[in-house]
Amino acid sequence: MSIPFADLAIILPELLIVGVACLILVLDPVTPTGKKDYLAWISLGVLAVCALITMEDFGETTVAFSGLVVMDSYAAFWKMLLYLVSGMTILLSMSYLKEEKIELAEYYAFVLLALVGMMVMVSGADLLTIYLGIELMSITLYIMAGLKRYEARSIEASAKYFVLGAFSSGILLYGISLLFGVTGSTRLSEISTVVNGPASEDPLMLLALMLIIVGFGFKVAAVPFHMWTPDVYEGAPTSVTAFMAVASKAASFAAFLRVLLEAFGGVKPNWNLIILAICLITVALGNLVAIVQTNVKRMLAYSSIAHAGYALVGVVVAGWVGVEADVSSRGVSSLMLYLAIYSFMTIGAFAMIAILRKGGLEGEEIEDFTGLAKRHKGGAFLMLVFMISLAGIPPTAGFIGKFYLFMAAVNADLAWLAIFGLVFAAISAFYYLRIVMVMYMREPSAEQEKNTRLVLSPQVSVVLACAVAGVVLLGIFPGPLVSIADLSVLPIK
Amino acid sequence: MTEMVVATGGMPWLTLILILPLLGVVATLLAQESLSRQIALATSLITFVASLPLWFAFDNVTAGMQFVEKHQWIDSPSIHYALGVDGISMPLVLLTTFLAPLCILVSWTAIDMRRKEFMISLLVLETATIGVFVALDFVLFYIFWETMLIPMYLLIGVWGGPNRVYAAIKFFLYTLAGSILLLVAIMVLYFEGGRTFDILALTHASYSPSLQALLFWAFFAAFAVKVPMFPFHTWLPDAHVQAPTAGSVILASVLLKLGTYGFLRFSLPMLPDATVSFTPIIMTLSVIAIIYGAYMALAQSDIKKLIAYSSVSHMGFVTLGIFALNAQGIEGAVLQMINHGITTGGLFMCVGIIYERTHSREIAENGGLANAMPRYATFLVIFALSSVGLPGMNSFVGEFLVLLGVFAWDKLTASLAALGIILSAVYILYLVQRIVYGPASPKMLPKLTDLSAREFGMLVPLVVLVFWIGLYPKPLLDVMHSSVERVIASQSVSVIVQKEGSPTEHVLVMTESISDSLSQRATEATP
Repeated sequence: MSIPFADLAIILPELLIVGVACLILVLDPVTPTGKKDYLAWISLGVLAVCALITMEDFGETTVAFSGLVVMDSYAAFWKMLLYLVSGMTILLSMSYLKEEKIELAEYYAFVLLALVGMMVMVSGADLLTIYLGIELMSITLYIMAGLKRYEARSIEASAKYFVLGAFSSGILLYGISLLFGVTGSTRLSEISTVVNGPASEDPLMLLALMLIIVGFGFKVAAVPFHMWTPDVYEGAPTSVTAFMAVASKAASFAAFLRVLLEAFGGVKPNWNLIILAICLITVALGNLVAIVQTNVKRMLAYSSIAHAGYALVGVVVAGWVGVEADVSSRGVSSLMLYLAIYSFMTIGAFAMIAILRKGGLEGEEIEDFTGLAKRHKGGAFLMLVFMISLAGIPPTAGFIGKFYLFMAAVNADLAWLAIFGLVFAAISAFYYLRIVMVMYMREPSAEQEKNTRLVLSPQVSVVLACAVAGVVLLGIFPGPLVSIADLSVLPIK
Repeated sequence: MTEMVVATGGMPWLTLILILPLLGVVATLLAQESLSRQIALATSLITFVASLPLWFAFDNVTAGMQFVEKHQWIDSPSIHYALGVDGISMPLVLLTTFLAPLCILVSWTAIDMRRKEFMISLLVLETATIGVFVALDFVLFYIFWETMLIPMYLLIGVWGGPNRVYAAIKFFLYTLAGSILLLVAIMVLYFEGGRTFDILALTHASYSPSLQALLFWAFFAAFAVKVPMFPFHTWLPDAHVQAPTAGSVILASVLLKLGTYGFLRFSLPMLPDATVSFTPIIMTLSVIAIIYGAYMALAQSDIKKLIAYSSVSHMGFVTLGIFALNAQGIEGAVLQMINHGITTGGLFMCVGIIYERTHSREIAENGGLANAMPRYATFLVIFALSSVGLPGMNSFVGEFLVLLGVFAWDKLTASLAALGIILSAVYILYLVQRIVYGPASPKMLPKLTDLSAREFGMLVPLVVLVFWIGLYPKPLLDVMHSSVERVIASQSVSVIVQKEGSPTEHVLVMTESISDSLSQRATEATP
């Protein structure tokens, strides 16, 4: 069986990135340590090229490989976001890897391969394609989490991530196979026809649906499937944590939403209450447990769980029964907007942790930020911006994200859900502001004053500038991104 | 409603007032630390001058919005950058721009660390507060409303007293939590009021009584925390005591007014039915605030805390006047908002001045100021008497109008509120007696130097206003007259429908003639 050229053209960005990843693996052994930066620049170059290619794909829907892969505006939106996040991760990593003495060129290849996995996830139109993407992404991330080979914490993170990740992939696969048994297909569109018709009350179908929700619940780190998150986020190298917290979450949400809406869009009552329950406990638990953390990476891990909960509000609205189609689309578009905004503020916050050095180590305790405003006015101010944005306070993008999500909820007559979310957003302000408080309102000890400082490289400056520009500009001029998200939503059934 | 809007062509004055402090922020950022005070002062003075056209070009006749600017900001949902002032918000904008330079002057030497950041916070705060008063789009309003929290949080938390971190986070979380329901209410209004965030359009839409009740309490949560009304006032004493002087002045003089402004701009005109049915509850809470605040003030040994509690009491008068729902009450309330800003601002400045010298705010440790600092003592006594409501001074006119309005509503309530005036005389005069006329503590005496030229200069404008409003309030009342009439008009429709034959209706019939004659009588009675 020959593969038509037109189909290959659809996945050209994926092919290019895989090619460059392989090239990096070939070049790595012949490049002396300390001169590996150019591999990062090559990676950034391919991302830029791919962004130009994907830009052309907005507004069109093309199905390739007899329905395994789809390229639509929805996929294009997520791919653009993923390029941006991967690019920022690579820039952030360049100096960070040197500081942490894990300067391995494979790292960039891993970022690219994980990115390909995510791209396959967001444009998969078949459960097996999506599964393939998830596995490519996850296996790469397992390795990346353990890159600090000399540090027990990092190895533990990797092992824990691997065991739980493999377990959740197994659950997902089990769900897929049951669904195949019921419907005789793994194509989302074909599943949809059977699920809407003869199988709509089939208990096996419901079981399969539950297993799929559990599998994706692990990937997006929703409660009660979040147990791995704090340990892995804490142990992994910070640049990898940022990548996981943002890119893998975005890609998982993209695939999750596509599966729910395209395959199970006709049987919303079967899943929307479960998603609602997961949403509620995720928002509540994520925010409450974040309060008691003393390590910033762990705190941001719980905060990322809470933000997954907010994003689930969008899924709930998209799946709510008895609302008009444009209301449901608003649920989808507000989720897309939210995750885009979340990416900027989270990468910014992790970048700040990555450049805060305490002697030769990373400053990742909240205490390490003590009195930072005295020594690094600019840096402390950036962290302030990221924190108030994460707390959802205007005039930052974090507010706009929450505003659109909860607008969508109110539109679907879920005003109580908006109140619930905002109450916990107010609670979250407590722990985000604690960082602001230690930076601005505490006097540093002599030792902290001497040892703890921000180590800034030009690349990290670009990342921080990009993140803060995103947070501030999207807070003041969200219009363009809102329109793009509105135009890129999935067709609602 | 387009006919409500009076466009003022030419200069976008309101945008200018909003932008100028931000330009000052940029200039401060670029300048040296040592120049930051001068730049901030110059910025705030220019902003004040730029706000004067609002007063001089204001059209007293119309109740519509003036100096209107409207530009599409976000397409979907439609959110506008819409600004405008009416007779209620314009004086409050001027109060803000007027107090900002004074706040910088009062911090001239008191703030000796991180001066640059302090000035930046103050200027950002100025923009945000003005923004709240001039926003005509509900989302824009909310953005300014919340933005304000961050600079205020930093002002209290970085430059405050020993317990500043606790006070700052308490202030922040209290007000943030109060605003949650406001945001949801804004979203609900959008869908119920014709898919718009335009405040004027939302005011003219009508809502079912049950929805109005829910929205009323949602608004109440946000505004009552800000005012603050009993029993949501507990953040205020902490915040005031810990905040630096400039923070206290801005907090008392401007931020508290945002809550009462919210009631006037949103609760009353948008939710007339709910307002009428819940008025007794608000009136009760206001009377409790007046008496409880005054009573607590009586018991304080810290001067700043005493004034903080007196604010709770005075703001009780404002909410009382607003919910009397008649022209005298509301005009008195708006006037009282301005008066409280001037008088309490002056009192907090006086406390700041003495604290800079003795580093104590304890009443017992600060005595005999009349001999050691005669000029200072004069100012303090003027502000104290103004706070008590001595005829000839500003607060008298406001409190008088409020009480008249409340008498028309209910005599018992008015009598109890009048009791608050007596109590205020007790605690303020007792304070004056102890710190101005008591014996000076020998320990403190060497530190008690009289006012410097700068301090003198920043108190004089306040005193001028105290007497100007006290003796000739007509210009100010004229400015707010039409706008207050419109608030009443939005009320009257539902009042007549709901409570036919009740005493309230009787008041409404009289409203027109009485409010005119009263504002004149108030001016004639005082010279």
